[in-house]
Amino acid sequence: MATVLSAPQRGLPWFQRLCLGLLLLWLLLPLVPPLVWSFAKGWYYPQLLPASWSLDAWRYVLAPHSQVLASFASSLLCSGTVAFLAALIGVPAGRALGMCSFRGRGWFEMLVIAPTIVPGLAVALGLHIIFIRLGLANSLAGVIIVHLIPTLPYMILVMAGVFANYDPRYEEQARSLGANSWEVWRHVILPAVYPGIIVGALFAFIVSWSQYVMTLLIGGGKVVSVPLLLFNFASAGRNDIAGAICMLYIIPGALIVLASARYLKGVGVMSNLSNP
Amino acid sequence: MRLREHPRVFLLLAPALLVLGLLFGGGVLLGLARSFGYMPLLGLTEPNLDAYRAIFADGHFLRSLGLTFYIAFVSTVISAVLAVGIVLILRQTFLGKRAILFLFQLNITIPHLVGAVGILYLFSQSGALARLARELGMIAQPADFPILVFDAAAIGIILQYVWKEIPFIGIVALATLQAVGEDYEAVARSLGANSWQRFRYVLLPLMLPGVAVASVVVFAFTFGAYEIPALLGQHHPAALPVLAYRLYTDVDLAARPQAMALAMVITLLCAALIAMHLRLLRRNLRS
Repeated sequence: MATVLSAPQRGLPWFQRLCLGLLLLWLLLPLVPPLVWSFAKGWYYPQLLPASWSLDAWRYVLAPHSQVLASFASSLLCSGTVAFLAALIGVPAGRALGMCSFRGRGWFEMLVIAPTIVPGLAVALGLHIIFIRLGLANSLAGVIIVHLIPTLPYMILVMAGVFANYDPRYEEQARSLGANSWEVWRHVILPAVYPGIIVGALFAFIVSWSQYVMTLLIGGGKVVSVPLLLFNFASAGRNDIAGAICMLYIIPGALIVLASARYLKGVGVMSNLSNP
Repeated sequence: MRLREHPRVFLLLAPALLVLGLLFGGGVLLGLARSFGYMPLLGLTEPNLDAYRAIFADGHFLRSLGLTFYIAFVSTVISAVLAVGIVLILRQTFLGKRAILFLFQLNITIPHLVGAVGILYLFSQSGALARLARELGMIAQPADFPILVFDAAAIGIILQYVWKEIPFIGIVALATLQAVGEDYEAVARSLGANSWQRFRYVLLPLMLPGVAVASVVVFAFTFGAYEIPALLGQHHPAALPVLAYRLYTDVDLAARPQAMALAMVITLLCAALIAMHLRLLRRNLRS
């Protein structure tokens, strides 16, 4: 494979380097104004950079009793719970989808794919009145439940992929040595698939963390997640505070990418489960 | 993949069936019933097509539908084409590749709303780029800068989607290429194929299945997303999801069935996409 190996030493042609440079610029560019705004004290047209800098926005955002930190905590609680529940429900279903043949398999696949395509708003509009009747509207519990709709399919699809490449013979061995179902799950299945569970749960977390309109509708303005607050500050023209919230809001995703790149060998695992 | 019969497969499936069936299936069915004005709880037991007649009679709906379709189509095509192009470069080995891949993956985790805020501060008429243009003497005042947000052509919205979806489609395409390795290309090269032929007859067919599935997902997302057009779009006509939300939260409760009818139009279009998605996925699995 001499042709393949010789490429790196020569370096890329100038046109390709230019494209990469533009890509790099384009990927970073939209993050720059929010970052600058978060340290700006009045940054008016036509100033290219703020005339004076300040930590006011960050002081406001990080103040002990700040609304922003409270919404951060409630979003963390919400998305953490959603990820946990999605794993709990999604691992068995992924095992069935990845390893078993059963009647109605095609229908089940469709039920799993459909929520990844049909927009959350369309489903949440239909559910709203029932959630009001059940007392779930305007509550964190209701928001957590409704976030299962977009997250659970990702979890199931990830686990189906993991279980499709999993060797069931270890289980048979454990069973033949007298292990019961629980022991097989605890000592054979879970240890074998837990990297997949972690990846799936992390992405369920991110999908829930990014939800906007379902939270708005089912939370009814009573559940103030980070994106709801960000939207309010951005549309109210408080660019400095919106900028600081933007920076805080992307931290969990960045940590997850760093962790998964390190422990779970990045691209290959993440390719099929990213959220659009 | 060798599938097995499993005596208690139903136990494995039950929780997911219950959650997705009740929440997703229930949500769609309830929305459908309400769109027909069928609400036994409120004593409305005569299904009718009033809401659908009302939205089709109203000029807003068709203009919104057209706008939403245009946004989704343009965003998806631009993202897919640029993603394929960029992946041809990214698959090679070069200095700084890990940094770019990190940014790709980071971008996928960034909520769309953050991108929308960034695009707003970047492309508005008094935004960062307008200031840069003034600094360079290209414009004299904000009004000289082209209108790129809250605009009729929805450029701000499309820019935001392109920003988010190039990495999304790109990662899928990159993973496909990595999975098949470089053997096919090496064979084509040894048979005398030039770089265009290697792209057209080897790399593109390899990437296309994954890119097609990702593009369907992207189209559906950009068609049904709310917060991006709500922040970056003009008031009239608004994207379909924005219009549906407005109708639903209208003080006039009679507008709610119309909101449901809009939700059903969105769902129906997505049902067609699901069929396409499943067909593509199954074809990919077979090959």
